[in-house]
Amino acid sequence: MELILALSIGVLGGSGVWLLMRPRTFQLIIGLSLLAYAVNLFIFSMGRFPVGAPPVLEPGTAGDPAHFADPLPQALVLTAIVIGFATTALFLVVMLASRGLTGGDHVDGKGRDR
Amino acid sequence: MSGWLQHLTILPILLPLLAGAVMIPLEDQKGRVRATLGIASALALLAVAIALAVQAHAGGAGTVSVYRLGNWPATFGIVLVVDRLSALMLVLTAVLGLSALIFSLTRWQRMGSHFHALFQFQLMGLNGAFLTGDLFNLFVFFEVLLAASYGLALHGSGVARVKAGLHYIAINLAASLLFLIGVSMIYGVAGTLNMADLAARIPAIPVGNRPLLEAGAAILGMAFLVKAAMWPLGFWLPRTYAAASPPAAAIFSLMSKVGVYAVLRLSLLLFRDDAGASAGFGGDWLLAGGIMTIGFGAISVLATQDLARLASASVLISSGTLLAAVGAGQVAVTGGALFYLASSALAIGAFFLLIELMERGREVGADVLAVTLEAFGDGQEKDEEDDDEIGVPIPATMAVLGLSFLCCALLLAGLPPLSGFIAKFAMLSGILNPAGLGQGPAAVSASGWALLVALVLSGLATVIAMTRAGIRILWATSGRTVPRVGVVEIAPVLLLLTLGAGMTAGAGPVLRYMQAAAVSLHAPQDYIRQVIGQNK
Repeated sequence: MELILALSIGVLGGSGVWLLMRPRTFQLIIGLSLLAYAVNLFIFSMGRFPVGAPPVLEPGTAGDPAHFADPLPQALVLTAIVIGFATTALFLVVMLASRGLTGGDHVDGKGRDR
Repeated sequence: MSGWLQHLTILPILLPLLAGAVMIPLEDQKGRVRATLGIASALALLAVAIALAVQAHAGGAGTVSVYRLGNWPATFGIVLVVDRLSALMLVLTAVLGLSALIFSLTRWQRMGSHFHALFQFQLMGLNGAFLTGDLFNLFVFFEVLLAASYGLALHGSGVARVKAGLHYIAINLAASLLFLIGVSMIYGVAGTLNMADLAARIPAIPVGNRPLLEAGAAILGMAFLVKAAMWPLGFWLPRTYAAASPPAAAIFSLMSKVGVYAVLRLSLLLFRDDAGASAGFGGDWLLAGGIMTIGFGAISVLATQDLARLASASVLISSGTLLAAVGAGQVAVTGGALFYLASSALAIGAFFLLIELMERGREVGADVLAVTLEAFGDGQEKDEEDDDEIGVPIPATMAVLGLSFLCCALLLAGLPPLSGFIAKFAMLSGILNPAGLGQGPAAVSASGWALLVALVLSGLATVIAMTRAGIRILWATSGRTVPRVGVVEIAPVLLLLTLGAGMTAGAGPVLRYMQAAAVSLHAPQDYIRQVIGQNK
C-alpha cells in the first residue's frame, strides 16, 4: 500500500515537474494538474492509512478513534481539490486569452512560427 | 470585550465579501453604484481597522483578542486573532485599498469588467490572511487574494498584461502546491494546524521527527518567499507589477508584504527561543536571502529605464530589507522593520499611482530602449482624448507632481526628513546596539555589518535612480505637454504621502506601537496561552 502510494506520488510529481518546464502552455497546465494530484495524494498520506480497519463502527462495540484514518487531511484534500480546480479553470481562461492575443501557445507569447 | 463589539474582528473579512458578492449581479451601466459601494466598504474597513488597532494597543503588552468562529475551542475550531501586528496590517490594507479605489474612479474602473468586485475580494483575502490563526485558513485566504489578484493583474487586458499574467499565475499555482506540501508535512508531524497550538507542541517533538518538521517549515517558507519575491524566487515580480494597472499595482505592493508578514509571524511563533532544538530555524537563510534581494533590487533600480519597473524594483528592495531584518532576529530590528514596512508600503503605493499621472502626456515608452519596449508591450491602451473623464483638473500640475515625486524619492531612499529615514535609522540602531541602546558597546556580528552596508547602499542606489528619473521627466521638458491631472487622481497620492509625513511627525507614538508589536512577537507565550485558552 505504502509502496504503491509513494510510487504514484513520485511518478505524478516527476511528470508534473517535467511538464512544468516545457515551453507550451498546454504542457504547463497538464503539468500543474499532475502536480496537484501528486500533492493531494501526499496530503492524504499524511493522515496515515490503516488497512483493514472497520469503516465506521463495528456492530455492538464502542468506537475507538485509533482505528480510523485521520479525517482532517481528507477535509484538507477536499478543499485543496476545489481550490485547485477553480484556479486551473481560471488559468485556462488566461491561456486562451494569451493564445488569442499572441497567436501562439508559447509561454513567453512568441508567435507560432518560432 | 463583550457584546457586539467582539464581532468587530470578523468584519474585515465579511464586509468586502458581502460588498463584492452584491456587486457581481448588480445592473449598473455607469458603474456609479459599484464605485459607491466599494468606497463605502473601504471606508468602513478603515474605521474597523483603526478601532481594532486602538483596541489592540490599549490592551497592554501581550494582549491579543481571539475570535472563535462558532465559539468552538481553539484546537477544534477556527480562530481569528488580532494583535498589534495584524491590526497594523489591516490599517495599511484599508488605507491603500481606499486610495487605489479613489484613484480608479476616473478611468481605470471602466477598463474591464468586475474591477470593483475583484478589488473587494482582494481586500477580503488580504484581511483574512492577516487575521487568521490557522495555517490551513491562511492557505485558503492566500488563494482568495491570489485569485482576485489574477483578475486584477489582467485588468485592462492587453498583450503585456496577459503575458506577464500567464507567468504570474503559473508561478503562484506552483507556489500554492508547495504551500500545501509544507502544511501537510507539518500536520503529519505535529498533528495540528492551529498556529498557537503548533507553537506549543513544537518543543516536545521528538528529535527523530524534527528533520521532517523543519523540511515542512522550509517548504512552507518557500511558498511565502515566492510571494515576498526573495531572490532568486522573485523574478516574476517586476514584470507583473509593471504591467498591472496602477490601482492594482498599488494594492499589489501590499500583497508582497503578505509573504513577509507570514514569514515574520510563523518564524517568531514556531521557532522562538524556547522551541528546543529548532529555535531560530531558517534565520540565517532569511538574512542572507534578504541581503541578496536588496542587492538584486538595487541593481534593478539602477538598471531600469522605465518608471513602473523602477517602482517594482523598489518593492524588491523593500521585501529584501524586511526579510533580512526578520532574519536578524532582534527585537529592536524587528520594531524598526515594522515601521519600515508601513512607510515603504505607503510610499510604493503612492509611487505606483503617481507614475501613471507623470507618464501622461509623454510619448509611450519615450525613455525606454527599443529592446525593452517590446517586452513592455506596444499598443498601450492610454486614451488621451477623453479629457472630460478626469473631472476637475488641478492647478500648477507640474509643481504638485514634482513635489509628490520628491516625497516618494525621499521615502523610498530613506532620507530625512520623511519617515523612510526614521525607519532605516531605527533598524540600523537596532543592528548596531544588539544589547539595547545605552547598554555599552557590544559586538556587532558580521551579518549585522553586511545588512548595514546593504541598507545604506540600497538607499544610495535608490537616490541615484530616482534623481535620474526625476531629471529626465520633470526637468528635461522637450517633447512633452503638461498632463491634465484630476483632483480625484492626485488626492489619493497626496493622502498616502501625507500619511508618510504624518508618520514622521508622530514618529514617537508610532514607533512605540511598532516596538510593542515587536516585543510581543518575540515573546509569543501570551499569544499562545490566550489562543489555546484556559485549559492548557
